Amino acid sequence: MATSAAKASSSVASRGKTTAAAAKAEKPAKAVTGKANGATKAAGPKPFSREEDLVAYREMLLIRRFEEKAGQLYGMGLIGGFCHLYIGQEAVVVGMQMATKTGDQVITGYRDHGHMLACGMDANGVMAELTGRRGGYSRGKGGSMHMFSREKHFYGGHGIVGAQVALGTGLGFANWYRKNGSVSLAYFGDGAANQGQVYESFNMAELWSLPVVYIIENNRYAMGTSVSRASAQTDFSKRGVSFNIPGEQVDGMDVQAVREAGLRAIEHARAGKGPYILEMQTYRYRGHSMSDPAKYRSKDEVEKMRSERDPIEQVRERLLGKHKIAEDEIKKIDAEVRRIVNESAEFATVDPEPDVSELWTDITL
Amino acid sequence: MPIDVLMPALSPTMESGTLAKWLKKEGDRIKSGDVIAEIETDKATMEVEAVDEGVLAKILIGDGTENVAVNTRIAIIAGEGEDASAAASGPAPAAAAAPAPAAAPAPAATVPAAPRSEVPAYDATSEVPAGTEMVKMTVREALRDAMAEEMRRDADVFVMGEEVAEYQGAYKVTQGLLQEFGNRRVIDTPITEHGFAGVGVGAALAGLKPIVEFMTFNFAMQAIDHIINSAAKTLYMSGGQLGCPIVFRGPNGAAARVAAQHSQDYAAWYSQIPGLKVIQPYTAADAKGLLKAAIRDPNPIIFLENEILYGQSFDVPKGDDFVLPIGKARVARVGHHVTLVSFGIGMTYALKAAEALAGEGIEAEVIDLRTIRPMDVATVVRSIQKTNRCVAIEEGWPQSGVTAEIGMKIMEEAFDYLDAPVARVTGKDVPMPYASNLEKLALPNVGEVVAAAKAVLYR
Repeated sequence: MATSAAKASSSVASRGKTTAAAAKAEKPAKAVTGKANGATKAAGPKPFSREEDLVAYREMLLIRRFEEKAGQLYGMGLIGGFCHLYIGQEAVVVGMQMATKTGDQVITGYRDHGHMLACGMDANGVMAELTGRRGGYSRGKGGSMHMFSREKHFYGGHGIVGAQVALGTGLGFANWYRKNGSVSLAYFGDGAANQGQVYESFNMAELWSLPVVYIIENNRYAMGTSVSRASAQTDFSKRGVSFNIPGEQVDGMDVQAVREAGLRAIEHARAGKGPYILEMQTYRYRGHSMSDPAKYRSKDEVEKMRSERDPIEQVRERLLGKHKIAEDEIKKIDAEVRRIVNESAEFATVDPEPDVSELWTDITL
Repeated sequence: MPIDVLMPALSPTMESGTLAKWLKKEGDRIKSGDVIAEIETDKATMEVEAVDEGVLAKILIGDGTENVAVNTRIAIIAGEGEDASAAASGPAPAAAAAPAPAAAPAPAATVPAAPRSEVPAYDATSEVPAGTEMVKMTVREALRDAMAEEMRRDADVFVMGEEVAEYQGAYKVTQGLLQEFGNRRVIDTPITEHGFAGVGVGAALAGLKPIVEFMTFNFAMQAIDHIINSAAKTLYMSGGQLGCPIVFRGPNGAAARVAAQHSQDYAAWYSQIPGLKVIQPYTAADAKGLLKAAIRDPNPIIFLENEILYGQSFDVPKGDDFVLPIGKARVARVGHHVTLVSFGIGMTYALKAAEALAGEGIEAEVIDLRTIRPMDVATVVRSIQKTNRCVAIEEGWPQSGVTAEIGMKIMEEAFDYLDAPVARVTGKDVPMPYASNLEKLALPNVGEVVAAAKAVLYR
C-alpha cells in the first residue's frame, strides 16, 4: 500500500524543482525580491507536528476522495456540463488554509471543489450543487464552477479565466477600506496568469498596498497547452517584478512548504506591506475537465508524479514513519473520509432538483 | 457487497461509446486511481480510473464492444474480503440500487410563467409635493450632490474611477468629493477599466457599495465581462447568497464631434441582461433622485449619463432626502393625440417635437422612461389607451434597440388599442461620423420626430 510513497522523503531536498517532462519553468526555489523584505529560505520548510500532519492528511484525503467520487458521479451522468477535478493539487489549498486566520477570504476559478472543502464548506452541499439539486450551495443554480459561502469566506467559484484575480483584489480592497486585518487569497492557474486583468490587478494592489496574496497554481498545463508553449516568462514568481511585488516559487506538492510560504506571504500582506505572489508548482493528475483525454502529456509523466511526488502519500509516510501512527489509525481516518464522501454522494443523488419556481428567483434583490 | 462498474459518461454530451480495451483482467487487484479500461467517445479515447477498491471479479462487456450505453454494467468488483467468484456469478444486488436511473433528470416540466404582479401605471406627479422648495441646478451638480449625500449617509459608499479625485472628475461630476471624504473614499484609479471594474465588483461582493465611474461608457466595454459575468449573474449563480450592490456610472452616448469610438449609446446592450437595472435620466431632479436610489439599491446598476446634459439646468427639490423609485416612468407632458416615449437625451427631441406639434394643434403626451430595465410598460400602455398612437425615440441604433423593445411590448400589451403601427426615430444604423454635417444626419432630429408623429396620425 505504501509503495508509492517510497520516494516522498526526497521532496524536501528537491523543493522548488518539479520533476519529469520539464518545461523551462524549472528553476530553483527562490524569492524574487521586488522589495528588500522578500524572504529567502535556505533550509527546507519547518516540519509539521504530528497533529498538523494528521490535519493535512485528512483534509487532503477528503478532497482526493471527494473528487474521485465526483468523477464517478460524472461518469454516471449525475453531474453534467463541466467538471474540473483538483486531484494532485490538494497540498496547495490545504497548506494555504493552514496559514490563514478566520476572516481571510478565498476566491478561485473553476477548479474549485478542493478550495470549498478546505474552507470548511459542507461536502453534502458541494456535491449536491454538482448534481444540480436544491440542497446544493447555490440551490442547484450554479453548478461545479459557481458556489459561494459568505459564512466560510469563500467567494467563488468563477468561470471566466482570470476574473477572480480582479475580484480577489477587490476583496483585499474591502479589507483595506475597513481596516479589518483580513487578507484575501486569490488563486489562479498558469493559464490565467497570462490574462491582462491579472496585471491591472497587480498594479492596483501594490499601488494601494492591498492585503492580497496571489497564489498561482502552476499545474503546467493551461487545458492542453504546456506552460512553455504559452508563457514568455515561465517563472511565475517573477510576474510581479515590474510592480515591485515579491514572489517565490514553492513546491506545491509538499504541504509543509506550502504552509510555510503561505505564512510568510500572508504575514507580509497583513502587515500592510501589500500583495505577495506564490507560484505553487503542482500537477493535476486528471485531464483539464472530465472530457479531456490529456493526450498532450505522456503517461509516464503523470505516473512519475503520482508515484514520486504525491502530496498525500508524502504525509502518509510521515504519519507511519516519523510520527509512528499505527496503520489502523490511518485506516480509521480513511474510513471516516469515505463515509463523508459516500454520504455526500448519496445526498446529492436523492436530494430533489430545484423547484421549477426557482427559475425566476434570485435575479435581483 | 460486490460493486458494479458502469459505463461512464466522459463528456457533457456522451450517450454511448466503444469499450476499446480492458487494461486489467479478471482476478486483478484494483485500487482507486488505477486505470482499468480505455473507452472511445466520438471525440477521443479516454482512460477510465477505478474509484473503488477490490478484485476485478468479472468483465461483462468485452474489448472492442461498440455502442455501449452510458450506465451499462461493464464489470463487477469484489470488495475487500469478498469472494471474487461468488461476486462474479451472482446477480449483483447493487445493480438494483444503482442510483443513476432513479436520478435521471425529470422530463422537462412546462416552463413556469414569469412572476408578474399587476403593476399599475405610475403617477409621478406626487414625487414633488406642491409647495416643495426648488433650486435650479445643473445635472452635473445634481449628480455630485446625490453622491455626496449618500456618502455622508453610509460609510460603505465610495467612488472610484479615472480622475475622480485629484482632477475633480474628467467632467467635474465628482468635484469636491476628495476634499470632503478623503482619499480612502474617493479613489483615482489607473486607466485600467477591466481591472478596476473587477476590483469594484469584488469590493461589492464583500459588502461595500462602490460607485464606479467610467470616464465614458465607451471604455466600459473593456470591463463588460465583470459587469455582466461577475456583477449581474452572481446573485443567481449563488442561489441568492451573494448580492452585488454597485453602481457603474458615467457619460454615455454621443457627445459632439468625438467620432465613432466615443459616441455610442449602451442602453440597449445593458438592458438585455437579467440581474442588472439600467437607468438613463434626463432632468437634474431625476438624475439626483435616481442616483441616490441606485446607490441604496442592493443590485448592480448601470447609470447612463450624458455629457451634453451635464451642463443643462433644471429645478430640483431642495434637501437631501429626495429619492425616486427605480423602474417608474414620468409623464413629462400631458397630451391626447399621440404618445412620444423616450429617455435620456432622447427627451430633448421628444419635448421639442411636442412643442412644434402643439403649434399645429396636435397634443402629444411625452413619457420619459427614466429606467430602461425594469421598464415601466404600464405607464406607456396607459397613455396609448388614451392616444392610440405611439412614436418611440432614442439616440441608439435601431436593431435590437430600446425602441424595438418598446414596440414589441406595446404589441404584447396594447395591440388592441393601436390605431396605427408604432413608429420609431433612432440614431442611424452607422458608426458615428466625425464631420459636422454627417454627425447631425446620424443623430435623430426634431423634424424626424414630428414627421413620425404625423405619420401615425395619418396627417
